[in-house]
Amino acid sequence: MSLNQNILVKLKQAGFRINGKWLVKGVSLQIEKGKIVTLIGPNGSGKSTTAKIALGIYKKIDGEVEKYTNKVGYVPQKISIDWTLPLRVNDFMVLTENLKDEAIKEALSLTGVIHLKDKNLGDLSGGEFQRVLLARAISKKPDLLVLDEPVQGVDFTGEIALYELIKKISDELNCGILLISHDLHTVMSATDHVVCLNGHVCCSGSPLDVAKNNEYKALFGEQASQILTRYKHSHDHIHTNEGEIKKN
Amino acid sequence: MFDDFFIRALVAGLGIAFVTGPLGCFVIWRRLSYFGDTLAHSALLGVTLAYTLEFNIALSVFIISSLIALILIQLQKRTNLPGDALLGLLAHSSLAVGLVVIGFLTFIRFDIMGLLFGDILAVTADDLLIIWIGGPLILLILKLIWKPLFASTVNYELAEAEGLNPDRAKAIFTILMAGIIAISIKMVGLLLITGMLIIPAAMARNISSSPQSMVIYSVLGGLLSVILGLFTSLQFNTSSGPSIIAASLFLFILSLVKIKQSIKLKN
Repeated sequence: MSLNQNILVKLKQAGFRINGKWLVKGVSLQIEKGKIVTLIGPNGSGKSTTAKIALGIYKKIDGEVEKYTNKVGYVPQKISIDWTLPLRVNDFMVLTENLKDEAIKEALSLTGVIHLKDKNLGDLSGGEFQRVLLARAISKKPDLLVLDEPVQGVDFTGEIALYELIKKISDELNCGILLISHDLHTVMSATDHVVCLNGHVCCSGSPLDVAKNNEYKALFGEQASQILTRYKHSHDHIHTNEGEIKKN
Repeated sequence: MFDDFFIRALVAGLGIAFVTGPLGCFVIWRRLSYFGDTLAHSALLGVTLAYTLEFNIALSVFIISSLIALILIQLQKRTNLPGDALLGLLAHSSLAVGLVVIGFLTFIRFDIMGLLFGDILAVTADDLLIIWIGGPLILLILKLIWKPLFASTVNYELAEAEGLNPDRAKAIFTILMAGIIAISIKMVGLLLITGMLIIPAAMARNISSSPQSMVIYSVLGGLLSVILGLFTSLQFNTSSGPSIIAASLFLFILSLVKIKQSIKLKN
């Protein structure tokens, strides 16, 4: 067991490579009960990979992962479901855990898709499916929620409501959340800890610290950093195609 | 009552159908038809070994099929060949080796047709015992691994992330496949076992809207195919395996008619 009973997952200098090419390396972070940790970074910066390392989906990794809970809810960024399976929303909700009907209804109501309960999963729209995915992840009342772009394809008002819901769940269930998001406004307002990735950890800290950081601005541009503060822009390293980092 | 060969065949066939129903659904969902074929082809080797060593046929087939499955998993890890090529390699080479071994066993009279296509006359009281003990055992184990197996069939990463250990479930499922082939080879024949697995399940897919209902229809379809097939076999003196499979094909075609109707209703 961990010394700190609140720690759910801890990554120590974790990295993952395929055929010698690093997808991400040297990531250290920890997720605690009741806290939201957000991963930000451009496409291909290793956000989803980091989430999969934390979840234990990737096994042959560098560094260490310590996972202290098995009650996990996961919303993957991409999910391919084979439609040779006849699968209704209701069947999908109980995929990894047996739930009472009330628990299923409650979760589907929270994400606003209770009316789809008996629909065929293949007939849902992208946004509807995303809401079902989120409902499934929270329905089992997990200790750890890993949400990889959980509101993609959801309409604008729905997006705000769902982020509020995520914040509320974190408070009510006292679960730890690893969130991957492109919406910097949301990230900055709802997050306890931000990790900015670009193949490695560029910077991390409280949202305010990260917004002030030069590397953050180098990645997201001046405008993004102006969300909270104004600062001078400079690159101190470049990324090669092999995922190496060279100092200027 | 079990003195009559036809009653024995019927009881054996029904016992098999209860197991092939749910397993067949997973064969379709996980796209394992060729995998099933490969295991079934390797069963011939198991049968010849059983005759050579005067060993129980079902047990011998079970061991050889499990071994072939293990070899397949190792080959997949160690070579860059695509899965279907490896399956073909194992299926045909084990069938060939089995037939070569039969060629050497001149002192035993083999009923090759019976091995390939099934023979209802060959079902003994011992076989019934194996089917009705082995079958429920397979179903019980399948029920125990249902959750992780089904979840990983829908999405491997979700199952893995949420702690269901899908790799273990997959390994156990492979052994169950070897088990069903072992207990059904005499009845259905090794060339047609995969048909017994997938055709009733395919029929069930056409008329069901949830995984549970597909399993139930698949079992019902299998039971009906066995009854129809065996009565045809008795009536027209045809091989039991092909008669059962032909009956299941008939049911599959009927299920297509139902789809056509429901499409019409939608329009």
